[in-house]
Amino acid sequence: MSLPLHHPGDALLMDYAGGCLGEAGGLVVATHLALCPGCRCAVAELDAVGGALLEELEPDALAPGALDRLFARLDEPPPYEEPPTPPRIAPPAVPSLIPEPLRRYVGGNPAAMRWRMMAPGFQCVDIPLSRGERARLIRMKGGAAAPRHSHEGLELALVLDGGFSDALGQFARGDVAVGDGSIDHKPVADPEGCLCLSVTLGRLRLTGAVGRFLNPFMRL
Amino acid sequence: MERALSSFFPSPGRHARLVCGRAFAFNAAMQDPLPPAAAAMSPDDLLLAVGRARDRAAFAALFGHFAPRLKAYLRRLGADAQGAEELVQEVMLLVWRRAETFDPAQASAATWVFTIARNRRIDALRREQRPEIDPDDPALVPDPVEPADRTLETAQDSGRLRAAIRALPPEQAELLRMAYFEDKPHSAIAVERGLPLGTVKSRLRLALDRLRKALRDPS
Repeated sequence: MSLPLHHPGDALLMDYAGGCLGEAGGLVVATHLALCPGCRCAVAELDAVGGALLEELEPDALAPGALDRLFARLDEPPPYEEPPTPPRIAPPAVPSLIPEPLRRYVGGNPAAMRWRMMAPGFQCVDIPLSRGERARLIRMKGGAAAPRHSHEGLELALVLDGGFSDALGQFARGDVAVGDGSIDHKPVADPEGCLCLSVTLGRLRLTGAVGRFLNPFMRL
Repeated sequence: MERALSSFFPSPGRHARLVCGRAFAFNAAMQDPLPPAAAAMSPDDLLLAVGRARDRAAFAALFGHFAPRLKAYLRRLGADAQGAEELVQEVMLLVWRRAETFDPAQASAATWVFTIARNRRIDALRREQRPEIDPDDPALVPDPVEPADRTLETAQDSGRLRAAIRALPPEQAELLRMAYFEDKPHSAIAVERGLPLGTVKSRLRLALDRLRKALRDPS
């Protein structure tokens, strides 16, 4: 299998490693990481930057007795660890098109999902996330074109199967298309169609506005 | 930390590169007997001692080193003093319980502890899931490199990385602080500062070039 050619880029990888990327962006980045050894390596380096920054912090003394309190808990039996919600889906016998961590959100079989028609040639499955964020699986028929647009905010699309092309190039399995307001684009699905994971980040967190999804796919 | 490690691992020719991976020097060194005094041990050795022998003296020393830094980390991310103390307890309890999964060929103790604290913070303060890969997923595309050829974050790497971070120009260091300590993704920084995202990205690239150079060129 060929490796991805289009990557999330340093800024998103650092946001992910630093822990400030929300669940929606994290879902795209982590699912890309499952398909991209190079970016896994880059994230390991950025985790090391986190370790170095932790070492460099000015220590803030704990309250007296903190160590004693902790020692008193060391022999506690570990609490029952709740399974992650949504629960992890057992790996299928045949490797799925949909790798973890996305699989635990939507399952591994696109044919079993409840697709909703968005527009001719476009279907989607909404993926609810914490804090009102949202991601979508989008299925485009061969040759289907999203409306031309540009906007504020950052849209991420990770190709899982098939592919699409736009002004930035051709995108195939594992590739991440990162669009921001400076790009006026019009993705067109490859002849075999396209399955992708799509999220829009952007000013949501800053303005507190809820549900302003500006992604071209989201608008449909 | 480097001094402690180099006296413990006297071999001069250790790999000094960080990328994913695994190194040889640790494997030989891991068979050495542990020095008796926990105070003289590096965090990596302390964590290994906890993982192998449930060594409480080593854990106390590890707590002395990391707990005050973890408290500082959590306070910077918005926890109040008491909340930070509670989270430090939880993070250090996870360190105790998971110590046997620590692999010094993959990351330094500081990096390993950082990732636990980061994830616990996202769960507790942001109340959010953190999507992560499953290394055992059959759909995961494996690393193309053989494990034996891969290198790692060594103690020298950690030292050089920290020196490189201290040497960053202020506007570049700030980008790291915002991503790691202030819960601000780069897209938000750009909007907040009225900077084009491209400017933020090019500053970030300059910073990362310096850090990667420090990690990869042991000069």
